[in-house]
Amino acid sequence: MRYLPKSPADRTEMLREIGVPSIADLFSTIPSEFQVKGDLRIPRQHGESEIIDRFRQFAANNAAGYASFLGAGVYRHYRPVLIDTVVSRGEFLTSYTPYQPEIAQGTLQAMFEFQTMICELSGMEIANASMYDGSTGAAEAIMMAVRVTGRDGAVIARTVHPEYREVIGTYALHQEIPLSEVGYGADGRVDLEALDAAISGETACVLIQSPNFFGTIEDVAAIADMAHRKGALLIVSIAEAVSLGIVRPPVEADIVSLEAQSFGVALSYGGPYCGVLACKEKFLRQMPGRLVGETKDMDGKRGFVLTLSTREQHIRREKATSNICTNQALVAMMVTVFLAVYGKEGLRELAEHNLAKAAYLKHSLAGLGAKVLFDGAPRFNEFVLDIEGGAEAANTGLLESKIIGGLPLEKWYPELGAGASLWCATEVTTRAEMDGAATALAGASGRMVGQMVGAR
Amino acid sequence: MAAAITSPEMAAANAEAKFVGTPRKATTHTNQNEGLMFEKSSPGKKAYRMAELDVPAVDAASLLGDLARKDLGAMPELSEIEIVRHFTRMSTWNYAIDLGMYPLGSCTMKYNGRVNELVSRLEGIAEAHPYQPESLSQGVLEIMKVLSDALIEITGMDAITLQPAAGAHGEFTGILLARAYHESQGNARKKIIIPDSAHGTNPATAAVVGYEVANLKSNAQGMVDLAELARMVDADTAALMLTNPSTIGVFESEIGKIAEILHAKGALLYMDGANMNALVGKARPGDFGVDVMHLNLHKTFSTPHGGGGPGSGPVACKKILEPFLPTPVIVERANGLLGMDYHRPQTVGRVRMFYGNFGMFVRALAYILANGPDGLRQTTEDAVLNANYIRAKLDGVFELPYKTQSLHEVVFSDRLQAKNGVKTGDMGKRLIDYGFHAYTTSFPLVVQGAMMIEPTESESREELDLLIDALQQIAREAAENPELVRTAPHTTRMRRLDETAAARKPVLRWKAPVASTSLTPDSAAKEW
Repeated sequence: MRYLPKSPADRTEMLREIGVPSIADLFSTIPSEFQVKGDLRIPRQHGESEIIDRFRQFAANNAAGYASFLGAGVYRHYRPVLIDTVVSRGEFLTSYTPYQPEIAQGTLQAMFEFQTMICELSGMEIANASMYDGSTGAAEAIMMAVRVTGRDGAVIARTVHPEYREVIGTYALHQEIPLSEVGYGADGRVDLEALDAAISGETACVLIQSPNFFGTIEDVAAIADMAHRKGALLIVSIAEAVSLGIVRPPVEADIVSLEAQSFGVALSYGGPYCGVLACKEKFLRQMPGRLVGETKDMDGKRGFVLTLSTREQHIRREKATSNICTNQALVAMMVTVFLAVYGKEGLRELAEHNLAKAAYLKHSLAGLGAKVLFDGAPRFNEFVLDIEGGAEAANTGLLESKIIGGLPLEKWYPELGAGASLWCATEVTTRAEMDGAATALAGASGRMVGQMVGAR
Repeated sequence: MAAAITSPEMAAANAEAKFVGTPRKATTHTNQNEGLMFEKSSPGKKAYRMAELDVPAVDAASLLGDLARKDLGAMPELSEIEIVRHFTRMSTWNYAIDLGMYPLGSCTMKYNGRVNELVSRLEGIAEAHPYQPESLSQGVLEIMKVLSDALIEITGMDAITLQPAAGAHGEFTGILLARAYHESQGNARKKIIIPDSAHGTNPATAAVVGYEVANLKSNAQGMVDLAELARMVDADTAALMLTNPSTIGVFESEIGKIAEILHAKGALLYMDGANMNALVGKARPGDFGVDVMHLNLHKTFSTPHGGGGPGSGPVACKKILEPFLPTPVIVERANGLLGMDYHRPQTVGRVRMFYGNFGMFVRALAYILANGPDGLRQTTEDAVLNANYIRAKLDGVFELPYKTQSLHEVVFSDRLQAKNGVKTGDMGKRLIDYGFHAYTTSFPLVVQGAMMIEPTESESREELDLLIDALQQIAREAAENPELVRTAPHTTRMRRLDETAAARKPVLRWKAPVASTSLTPDSAAKEW
C-alpha cells in the first residue's frame, strides 16, 4: 500500500525486536470472536489514476454547465487563486491544533489576524477562531446568551434561515431553553410589534438574521433597542458575509454569529464552511471555542497562543462553555487570505457589484408572470420572486435551458404560496445568464398563461 | 543561567561536562521575520481587480440609505506579492505532518494523501450547491452513499449519518440518539457513565444533552472495572461512553461483558471512535456490542487536520436507533435515483445545516479507495506495530504504568524524570528541539505525568528510530542536565510563551497604534 513506508523486511525485523512471532500476537487482546476474519466488503484498492477517474465520474454527474441563481445561505463568489496557494502548503494543511505554540506560530498568527478582521467587519470587540458553521454557531450563541443573562428564553425571527432554526431547535430542546418565533411584516422584515410583545423579562436573547433569509436588511438598531430595554441580548446572524462590505455592521448587537463561507470558501455541497462568533468584550468568559491571544516569549518577542482554555472541555469537562473541540481552522485560513486579497477597498467594490447584479436580476425577472415580494425594502443580493403557475413548475422549465432557478420557499413558508422562490445574483452571475433566465422565465410563464387560457 | 541557554551548543559550552543530546533529524534553520498584515498595509495598495461590471452600476447610498456602511476600519490594503510572502513566511513557523512525525496520542496524525485534495477540488464537486436539484446532484449523493456503505461495513453497524461536523459534534448526535431511543421507551433516563480516562469532550457532551455525568473509576490495569460498572448501571443509566481501545491504548477485552451489563439494564453502549485506527479491518464495534459510535474522519480516514479543523464526525448506529437519525437521510428512490428523505417522524432533528462537511467525505472516500480492504488492514497492523516497537524500545527509559498489551498507542509516565524536576511537558518541549512535535502531555488523566505516544502507520522504521533516539537522549539530559530540558525548546523561532500573561490580560485582536476606528459601542454606531 503506497501510503505505508515499510518494506516486508522492516516489519519482520520490528516484530523480532518487539519479541513477538507474528503481527497477530499484537492483536491477541481482542477476543477472537470479535476479530474480523477475511476482507471487509468495501471497494478494492485503487490506483491513483483510478481514484481520479472515479471522482471525475462523480463530478460529471452533477450540475456542471448550469447557470445557478441559488443562494439561501450558500453563496457563489469568486475565490482568488491565492487561497488554494496558501492552504495547499503542507505546513498549514497538515499541521495539528496549535497546542505547542513554539512550532505553530504560522497558524496562530493567521488566526489572530482572522479574529482581528472579523472584529473590524462585524463591529464587535472580540471574535473566536471559528465554529463549525453558521447554524451551530447561532445555537451556541443562544446558549451563551443564556449563560450571560441567567435567563432561559430565546425569541427567534422567522426570517432566520430555516435550517439554522431547525439546528437551534435540536440544541435548545435538551438545554431546556424555550424558543418562540416572531413573524415578518409586509416588507419582509421582522414584525417589530410582534417582537416587542414576544420579549419578556425572562427572555435571554433575540436572534435575527441580517440580511435575512429573504435577502432583506433588518433594522438592527431598532431591534437592539427593543431587546435591551427588557434586559435581553441581541444576537445577529449573518449568512451572507460579503454584505458587510457595504451594509452597516450590527454594532448594536451583543453577539454576532457569522457564516463566513462567502469569504472564499467553495460551495462543496454544504461544507466545510466557517462559523465564527464575535461579541462585546464583557462576554469573553462565556465565549465558546478556541481563542488566540497575543503574548511574549521568554526573550520578550511577540508571539501568539491559544488562550483562556479554562472555558473549554479539555479542562472544564462537563462544566465547559461548550463541548466543541475541533473547529474549522483551515477554512478560517481561507477566509483570512480572501480578506487580505480584497482588503479595505476590494470588499466594498465586491459588495457593490453584488448590489448591482441583484438589482439587475430583480429588474429583469419582475414583469410578465412574476412579481417581487417585499419590494421596496433594503436588500443585498437576494430577493423573493412570486411566479404565477408556481416556482417548481417554472424551475422545471428553466432546467431545459440549463438554468437552476431560485429556491422554492413553500416548504418552509407555506403562507407565501407555491409561487415564491428565493433568487440570488452575485458578482460572478453574468448579464448573459440573467438575460437568459428572464427570457426562459417569460417563455415558460407565457406557455403557462397560454395553457391556462386554453383550458378556459 | 537558564536564560542564557539559547541553543544546545551554547548550553554545552555553559554546562561543560553536562550532557546535551544531538538531534539527528533537525538543525536550527534561519527563520523569516514577518509582522502582522495590518502593519504592512498602506492606503491604495491592491491585490485584486474585479471583472468589468456588465450591468449598470448602482448607488449604494440611495439603495441602502442609513444602512449603508461608511467605513471598513482597519481592514488591510496589500499587494499580491506581499500576501504570498506573508503567508509563506508564516508557514515556515509551523510544524506539520509533511515535515515529520507527530507522536500525539489520541490525535492520529497520519499522512494526508494529496490525491484527496485534488479530487475535492474537481469543479462538479467543489461547486455543487447544497440546494441544487436532486436530479443534478446524483454524483455528490453517490459519494455520500458509497462512503456511508463503506463506513457501515468498517464499523459493523446498521445505519449512519454523515451530518456531524466533528468528533465532539458526533458525540452530541450519538447521545441525542440514545436519549431519543430511551424517550421512545418511555423514560429518557438521567445519567451517562464516563470512565475517568475519557476525553474531555465526553462529559461536556453529556452535559449539553442534559444528562448527569457519573464518573467510572478505572481499575488497576487502567481499564473498565466490571464490578464497579455493574454496581453503577441502573434503570437511570442512559449509556456508557467508552473509548475502545481506551486512551491508554488498550483494548477492553471484557467488552462483551461490558455490553451485557449495560444491555441487561436497558442502557446503551456508546463508543468514542477516536481510536478507531487500532481496529479498522481487524475488529468491528458493531460485532462487540456497541450500539452507537462516532468516527473522526480527520483522524482515522486521513482528512487533513488543517491546524485544528475542519473535522467530520459521522455517527453509526444499530437498527434500534436508526429511526432517530438526524434529517435528512440519504435514500435510494424507486426510480433508482438517490435522494434525501426529510420525512422522519422520530428524528432528533438537524444537528447542522445541509448534509455535513461534504468536502471531508470526498477525502475520506478517496483514502478508502486508495487502501481497499487489504490496505486498511495493513494500515491498522502497521499502526499497532509502530506503537509496540516504540514501547519495546523505551520501556525502562520511561516508566510504563500499565503493562497491558498496547494497540495503536502507548502511555508512559514521567515518574523517573520528575525526580529531577523534569516533567512530561518539559520533555515534550525538548522533543521539539530534536525535530519532532511533542507527544500528548498530561493526558489521560488516569496517568500522573502522562506521555502519550501514537505514531500511526505513516512512520518508517527510520523515523521511529530517530524518535526513540531523541527520547533516549532527552531521558539522559533529564538526569544529567535537567535545566536544559526544563527551559526547552531552544532552537525554535519562539521560545516558551507566557500563557499566563495571555490569559490574564487577553489581547485578542490587533489595534492600530493610533486607533483609526473606534470600537466603543456607542460612538461606533454613529461612525460606521
